[in-house]
Order: sequence, then C-alpha cells, then structure tokens
Amino acid sequence: MLKTYNYPKFEYRTPPEISSGKTLKVPVVVVGAGPVGLGAALDLQLHDIPVLVLDEDDTVSIGSRGVCYAKRALEILDRYGVGEAVCNKGVSWNVGRTFFRDQEVYNFNLVPEPDHHRPGMVNLQQYYLEEYMAARAASRPNLELRWKNKVVSVTQSGKTVTLKVETEDGFYSVEADWLIAADGARSPIRRMLGLEVEGKIFMDRFLIADVVMKADFPAERWFWFDPPFHPGQSVLLHKQADSVFRIDFQLGWDADPEEEKKPENVLPRIKAMLGDQREFELEWVSVYTFQCRRMGSFNHGRVLFVGDAAHQVSPFGARGANSGLQDADNLGWKLKLVIDGKAPEKLLDSYSEERVFAADENLMNSTRSTDFITPKSKVSRTFRNAVLGLAKNYPFGRALVNSGRLSVPAFLTASSLNTPDEAPTAFAGRMLPGAPMDDAPVLDNGDEGWLLDKVGNQFFALYFADDPNALDAATVDALSNLSFGSIAVQALVISSKPGVVNGGIPNLEDPRGIAAQRYDAKHGTVYLLRPDQHVAARWRTLDAQKVKAAVAKATCNA
Amino acid sequence: MALNLNPNFSEAGKRYFSAYSPGDDFYEMLINTHRDLSDEQSELLNARLILLLANHIGDIGTLREALSAAREGV
Ligand SMILES: Cc1cc2nc3c(=O)[nH]c(=O)nc-3n(C[C@H](O)[C@H](O)[C@H](O)COP(=O)(O)OP(=O)(O)OC[C@H]3O[C@@H](n4cnc5c(N)ncnc54)[C@H](O)[C@@H]3O)c2cc1C
Repeated sequence: MLKTYNYPKFEYRTPPEISSGKTLKVPVVVVGAGPVGLGAALDLQLHDIPVLVLDEDDTVSIGSRGVCYAKRALEILDRYGVGEAVCNKGVSWNVGRTFFRDQEVYNFNLVPEPDHHRPGMVNLQQYYLEEYMAARAASRPNLELRWKNKVVSVTQSGKTVTLKVETEDGFYSVEADWLIAADGARSPIRRMLGLEVEGKIFMDRFLIADVVMKADFPAERWFWFDPPFHPGQSVLLHKQADSVFRIDFQLGWDADPEEEKKPENVLPRIKAMLGDQREFELEWVSVYTFQCRRMGSFNHGRVLFVGDAAHQVSPFGARGANSGLQDADNLGWKLKLVIDGKAPEKLLDSYSEERVFAADENLMNSTRSTDFITPKSKVSRTFRNAVLGLAKNYPFGRALVNSGRLSVPAFLTASSLNTPDEAPTAFAGRMLPGAPMDDAPVLDNGDEGWLLDKVGNQFFALYFADDPNALDAATVDALSNLSFGSIAVQALVISSKPGVVNGGIPNLEDPRGIAAQRYDAKHGTVYLLRPDQHVAARWRTLDAQKVKAAVAKATCNA
Repeated sequence: MALNLNPNFSEAGKRYFSAYSPGDDFYEMLINTHRDLSDEQSELLNARLILLLANHIGDIGTLREALSAAREGV
C-alpha cells in the first residue's frame, strides 16, 4: 500500500471459451498490458482493428518505475487520447543542478522550446500513466482487455499463432493472425519461442526510493557525482506527482540488494543527502537490476516484439517506456496495411529495421551516460573529474557533462521507406525524410490548435501555399487525387493567410509562419507524412505522380 | 586567436539532431582510445595527444590561455 496512491484492481471475468471449449479466433492478440502493450492496442484500435489484450496481472505497474515521459511519447499519447491526462497530472521541471562531491558544479534552466504543444518532458509515476491508458483502452470499442489471463504457451505455424491461456477457472486457446509481444523485459513469449536477446552491454544495480516530502521542496532535478553520502556512485533526485520525490541511488554491480534495501541503510543516506532536518516519509524502496541489450530482430514470422520485450536500457535518460511507445507508434499503421492486404508482409521488416536503429541509438546513449557516470578505468575517471571541474567555469565543459541525456526520438534518415530529397541542398532545417515531425501552432477555422493534432493515423500530404483562396484548379485537382491505389492520402493545405480551398480540401492557417519556418517551406512545398507523423518525402513543387511513388515506397509497394 | 570555451565539436558531413551528440561522440572516442592500456600507457597517450593538438593549434597565445585555464583548477 502506498500512502499517496491506491492501486486500481481491474476486474477479472471468466472467459466464455472456458465453458464453451471453443478456440477464440482474433486478428491480433497483444500479450502484456504495460504501457507499451496498451499503446499498441490503442494504436490498432485507432485503425479499427479488433484487439485482444491479455495480462497475467490485474493492476498497474507496482512501485516506482518509469518517471520521465519525453515530448515524443507525450505526442504519441495525445494520439492515443491520454496525453492531456498525463500532462495535467505530471510535473514539469526546468531547473537542474549538478553536484560533484560536496559542491554544486553548475545549474541549468531548461526553458521549454516555445510553440510546441508538449514540453520536453514531464515526470509522472508509471502507475498513473498505466491507469490512464488502461481506462482509455477499456472505453474503446473493439478492444478487449482480459486481466488475470496468463499466456503459458505459444506456437507459430504458417499464418497462425496459437496461445494457451491460463486463468483461475481453467485454460483456453486463442488463435491469432498476429501476436504483439509486450510482455516485458523477461518476455515469457520470447522464451517460449526459443528466441534470444543479444548484446549484453552492461549491467547495473539501482536502489530506487520514493519519499513523500512533508514540506515544500523545489521541483528540480538534482544529480550528484560521487557524493559524500554515497561515495563513488551517483544519485538522482526527481520530483513526481503528489509531492513524491524519487531518488535513484546507483549501487554498482557488487552491491548486496537485500542489505541495501533495509531501512536502517536507506534512511541515513537520504537524510545525509537532503542535508538537513527536512521531514519525509519513505513510500517505496526496491533494488532494480538493469541490462542493456536487444533482440537481433523485432519481428519473427507473425510475432512482433515491442517495448522491454524487444530491448532494454539502463534508466539513465529514461528511454524504456518512451522508446516502447515509439515502437507501438511505428508498428500500428504498418500492421493495419498488411492486415488489409494493402502492403506486403515485408513492410513489417521495416518495423524491425527502424526500431532496431532507434534501439541502438538508445543503447548507445545510455551506455555513454553510464560510462561517464561510472568510469571503468583510472584514466576515464580522471577525464570525467576534469570535465566536472571545467564545467564549473566553461560552457564547453557543461556540454560534456553526461548525467543522462533527454530521450529524443530517432531520426530515421536511413530508412528504406524514405524517398530522399531530389537535391541535397533543396531544404534547410531538420525535417528531412525520416524525421519525426516538429509541432507548430496552427489555426483551424480560426480555432487555435497544433499541427500534430491535425495529422496522423493515415498518410497526409501537407501543401504549403501563400493564399488558400488562390489555388488554381490544376493544384486542387492534384491535391484531390494523391491516393495510391487503396492507400488514402489526405491533402492538407497550410498557409499564412486565412481562407478556404476549393474542392473541400481542408486547410490550416500558420499565422506566425512557424510551421513554414520549421519545415523550411515556400509556396508550393509538399511534405508527405506517414501515419506515425514521420516525414516520408518532400518536394518544392507538387507532382501527384511523385507523391504516389513515395507512398508506394513508404509501404513496400514500390 | 582567443581560446574557444564554448561547445565546439562537429564532424564534416555529419548532421546532428541533438546539441549533445558531437561532444558525446568525441568523448566516447577519447575513452575508447585508452581501452586496454595500463595507467602508464594512458599517461603517455595523453601526453602525445596534447602535443599533437598543441601543434595543430599552433598559436602560442591560445595555448598559453589553455595552459593557464587547465592549471587553474588543479
Ligand atoms: C527504476 C526504473 C526507472 C525507469 N524509468 C523510466 C523513465 O523515466 N522513463 C521511461 O520511459 N522508462 C523508464 N523505465 C522503463 C519502463 O518502466 C519500462 O520500459 C516499461 O515499463 C516497459 O513497458 P512494457 O509495456 O514493454 O513492459 P512492462 O511494463 O514490463 O509490462 C509487461 C506486462 O506483461 C505482462 N505479462 C508478462 N508475462 C505475461 C504472460 N505470460 N501472460 C500475460 N501477461 C504477461 C505483465 O503482467 C506486465 O503487465 C524505468 C524502469 C525502472 C525499473
């Protein structure tokens, strides 16, 4: 029991298949209702694909796990209908302080980038995130959640995946065309299929404590290198919702988890850390072991791995759930096209290709943070300490201090789904093919809104025009006929002036020109956007044939 | 030339999407270069590296500034 949170208990219902003895047939089964499984289910639901979600438990994530959800994850959660709840409950912080031994080396103020709907990150206990996602999932049609349903075996043959599910009332079978394995770091599904997870890069142990502060304490991020109260290691203090502060003590690999967890060892450490008589109550303590590794490939026949089941990183930089949600974001539309017969199964190879690339970037970044925070040799420690010393006075030193880098989405610039720019110098800025879209404020019929809320779930062609009223008939005609066969492409005109486009083509106003600036757009510029809000291709002039060809490429139909 | 104390790493032809990436690229290369060396060998490597970089910079005024900034915090 926590003092600040009551775990919801989701209702178990006896599955009808137990008495009927029938095998349940579904197009897609998701195993695991953690943040990533729920994300995958909500994504498919947006594509009108019926989903069955099985979870062996009947509540949310227990104790203290994920804390930081970064901008891209929040934007994906917006698409799933839970971004607002997460941002409202979550805590934003701007000031970060870095300490080395007993001194503050420097502090920074992360002023949020203006003109984005979502901040760089919010802090929120993972159980809230899961609670909001589960509530959303439960309210959607075509999405069935079965709690206390444990998958005990999986086999794959041809185009069918067969699962055996255990409940307190007995067993039943499920036959699915596709299985999404979101069953976490230990992934029983992975084991049942005899698949390996490769590349153990490093392992580390952390003592995680949640404390409730009795008095005001600033909403700041404090990071200590080698503090006197925990010599040779690192400590992170973060604010979460409900005045609960999260403290991560790095323990090193040789620590004894049981010994470290004892209150008589934890409490003095926290007292020394807070450095005064501030009152607090211990809400949660546990020791976590982290590994950094990933599967060689995230798709195996009709089984698709997402989230921690596919890849695990150390907590520096908060990448687990953030990257898992991006897996769901990447997979949903591809699976939809394959199920509908509009794209070959090969499109799912690109899911693995793109998300393996992203996982490697995450692994690289958290390995770099770990190497900085826990130097592995004498010379490495000397360099680390030199950086911290220089950081006190010099900006370049501050930039090198690596106490965990903010999770940012991968730029899939090498993806085989992209259509490269026609000329390498045609565009400035960072919205190149493969980039996750930058947000921008827009007006929709005079109402304030955000670009990212206006696109997604299907292909869009964003057409930049000076004056929406002045589009000629040929352009309107081309914009109305961009679909590639049965794959729809919705045109959306964006312009600095208000107005109406002929032919019923929707349009947005970009009153301050921020979208045009972020996309380096001129009159006539076209962006082809994937259903997961990544840029697929872009041109300086509209040519419907080129748009169709790029859609074909982005769906493995070329 | 005044000593540049602002973040200054980049690689020709490489596009960065995060401000921290070029510095982290360098730092990883630096630590990797020392891999499997004894402490004594690492010390020698560092000395060689300083000499190579100092010659590349060449400007004695800049080097004087760097030397004194380095000495200040030790
Ligand atoms: C201390 C700590 C700090 C972290 N900090 C962050 C952070 O700041 N930001 C961030 O993004 N991430 C963070 N993470 C990582 C984050 O918690 C995980 O990446 C995330 O929970 C992964 O989600 P998932 O849905 O893939 O797996 P899980 O959340 O592990 O969910 C797996 C689900 O599968 C179910 N399941 C397992 N086996 C079966 C079976 N046989 N049948 C049916 N159901 C089954 C389980 O009941 C569970 O609900 C942190 C983790 C820890 C431990």
